[in-house]
Amino acid sequence: MDLHLKIWRQKDGKTKGKLVNYDLKELNSHMSFLEMLDTLNEKLITEGEEPVEFDHDCREGICGQCGMMINGLAHGPLKNTTTCQLHLRSFKDGETIVIEPFRAEAFPIKRDLKVDRSAFDRIISSGGFVSINTGQAPDATAIAVTHQTAEEAFDSAACIGCGACVATCKNASAALFTSAKITHMVLLPQGKEERSKRVIDMVKQMDSELFGHCSNTEACEVECPQGISVLNIARMNYEYSRALFFGKK
Amino acid sequence: MMLDSKIPQGPLEQKWTNYKKTAKLVNPANRKKLDVIVVGTGLAGSSIAASLGEMGYNVKSFCFQDSPRRAHSVAGQGGVNAAKNYKNDGDSVYRMFVDTLKGGDFRAREANVYRMAECSLNLIDQAVAQGVPFGREYGGYLNNRSFGGVQVSRTFYARGQTGQQLLLGAYQALMRQVGKKTIELFSRHEMLDLVVIDGKARGVIVRNLDTGEIERHAAHAVVLATGGYGKIYYLSTLAMGCNGSAIWRAHKKGALMASPSWIQVHPTSLPQSGDYQSKLTLMSESLRNDGRIWVPSKENETRAANDIPENERDYYLERRYPAFGNLAPRDISSRAAKERIDAGFGIGPLKNAVYLDFSKAIKEQGKEKIQEKYGNLFDMYLKITGYDAYQEPMMISPSAHFSMGGLWVDYELMTTIPGLFALGEANFADHGANRLGANSLLQASVDGYFIAPYTIANYLSNEIHTGKISTEDPAFEKAENAVKQQVENLININGTKTVDHYHKTLGKLLYDYCGLARNEKGLKYAIQEIQKLKAEFYRNVKVSGQGNSMNTELEKAGRVADYFEIGELMCYDALTRNESCGAHFREEYQTPDGEALRNDNEFQFISAWAWTGENKEPELIKEPLVFEEVQPTVRSYK
Repeated sequence: MDLHLKIWRQKDGKTKGKLVNYDLKELNSHMSFLEMLDTLNEKLITEGEEPVEFDHDCREGICGQCGMMINGLAHGPLKNTTTCQLHLRSFKDGETIVIEPFRAEAFPIKRDLKVDRSAFDRIISSGGFVSINTGQAPDATAIAVTHQTAEEAFDSAACIGCGACVATCKNASAALFTSAKITHMVLLPQGKEERSKRVIDMVKQMDSELFGHCSNTEACEVECPQGISVLNIARMNYEYSRALFFGKK
Repeated sequence: MMLDSKIPQGPLEQKWTNYKKTAKLVNPANRKKLDVIVVGTGLAGSSIAASLGEMGYNVKSFCFQDSPRRAHSVAGQGGVNAAKNYKNDGDSVYRMFVDTLKGGDFRAREANVYRMAECSLNLIDQAVAQGVPFGREYGGYLNNRSFGGVQVSRTFYARGQTGQQLLLGAYQALMRQVGKKTIELFSRHEMLDLVVIDGKARGVIVRNLDTGEIERHAAHAVVLATGGYGKIYYLSTLAMGCNGSAIWRAHKKGALMASPSWIQVHPTSLPQSGDYQSKLTLMSESLRNDGRIWVPSKENETRAANDIPENERDYYLERRYPAFGNLAPRDISSRAAKERIDAGFGIGPLKNAVYLDFSKAIKEQGKEKIQEKYGNLFDMYLKITGYDAYQEPMMISPSAHFSMGGLWVDYELMTTIPGLFALGEANFADHGANRLGANSLLQASVDGYFIAPYTIANYLSNEIHTGKISTEDPAFEKAENAVKQQVENLININGTKTVDHYHKTLGKLLYDYCGLARNEKGLKYAIQEIQKLKAEFYRNVKVSGQGNSMNTELEKAGRVADYFEIGELMCYDALTRNESCGAHFREEYQTPDGEALRNDNEFQFISAWAWTGENKEPELIKEPLVFEEVQPTVRSYK
């Protein structure tokens, strides 16, 4: 199949970027979207041009490093799919595809399609953990967790931190990412002890990273590759109110 | 050179306890005076960095990804082993030790393997305490499942994303320390050289992948937790950035490489569908618990899988290995698949796959149960192939996966360079010639959480009077200049062929001649061809862009440059081992019915290799393997 690409090219965060046109011919529809970009880059290098920089690593939909806006949608048209798991069979022969980086003030552009998502790491660093040191944990059977609770916690823990939720949100809010971790932790007995401090610290960090507020459009859930539920955000709001009411402990 | 494995005295079950009893400690007040560099943020890297940070050392943590949470441990699917015996099915530390030793074809150190089984108990406790949501029974207790190569249920799992959840636990522990400022984090940094001063590891040279800047970092000890180099085959189950450069640069600075040719080929990856393909996606081995593997019993079968009647299907694993059946270990399952494919019974458009069939399990257990156990894997299969595995069997094929080989380390996980430690897949320890499923997440974790914190402290206890290591030392300057020179060389070649072209060519050469099967003639041929290809690479590769800015092609070129040398060493290693064991199947050494023929009389040793210089044959140094507790037996799964 043939494709017309319009790709955002930007030398660095300080330089103005623009969409550049590229044509690719005779592509195999079984190719993944990133393999299509590999093919483009091989062509560009051979022709003496600089390849398009984009983030990716595992190409199995689990590391969370890839991600770009494809025709205005984070990770492209498929539901619950990362860019690396998107294949050309999802596009039509001869189609024009617009490819842009994830956009948010908290995700500054590094080059072309690469953005800086270290704000997510700082949110985790502010409280997204159980404060246990290494070595002397109690026996794992000491705390029973019902099957349903473990599964529910897993649903939230499955967030891959790709940033699609932020990129697709009109406010560039990180509420889905942050709330997923808060929910994962608060559902489990191990995470309950620090629930108040955690939610207050993480929300504070989220705000200081210049992410916007959640205004309940729910676009984040729609484009989340892991299908993380917006109910996490409701839980975060509850936890936050609860923590304020009872005081930071 | 004589290798000292430093295995502690005493009975097997007491060795680790004895070591810990006598290991030297560092006073908490002195820990602030000591700096440690950890390269890699996977399970081994994050856990050791977090552990050392908690204890009060100054830690610098490096990874090439944009966040430590992306490390390839994240992709571990099936589970993590621990001899908890929660199922009361006869499991124990001793049984796990024997299974692992046997699974590795008696080519691992007894003491290391026993320690890994022993520490497995603590890992589950640690992970649960961190909030890892392992699968639970309805009553609330932890659930287990069985995995290839064993007959008990000792594998703990978090759906098909166990690696992800364990890694997030370790990453969160790491980020907690980053917040406390005991760890300084450097993401998007790649280690390009090791700095050795007076024979000790004293620092690293890294390239800031965002700016191209070359940086010097000094420390009293350096830990490499950089994973495996299976991506050398180009097509593999590994993430695109996985590489062997950090351990290889350390090797060229004097650390020995052990068993480099032992790279596990995983039996359940998705088959290659075209030349454009960048990787082969792994489907968790746990699928083999319920999936049955078969090929048509007729050659060149053209019917669709569901149209082939039961009596015209060859369940070849169940036929050849009735005791273990579809749970036969990875090396055996992979070779059995290759044997059927090569014999003309392969399926799929390129006839390069076998079927993994869930119809019986769905019939017996219901779709819902199968969905709960493996749902994400079925979804992934659908996304990649466009086929629904609930309706028709999956197509799977063998793919390069895990490197059992790596830097040689002693019982303390220290390489032959004092102060340089290698953890997890970056070292050669524990798995022998073949790794059992669900032991990789385990080894990486226990190395980082429970072993290295003791052994590194033991080493650092002699460093408290050393004082700050200066990056102005001439050794830093020399290493930095060498790195800059290499960057410049690669940029200036300006040839006609891309880096990927060379990587793919090398990968195919290795797969054909040093892959699932090897022979003397092929290995000698491969060594010559790799040398030729390497020479051509340095004449004709085209690396676009500049050295002093973000440049992915340059990163790839440096890694491929190292792969040529690693690949050559793999072939030398395979050539000198005149036997078949685990992942190493020399066609000259097999039983009449095609099983591996080990030679304990002549090859009961670890092959450790020393770098002797550019374009020179490497030097082989042997570490004899002594079995006190379990006598090697023929590894049979029949």
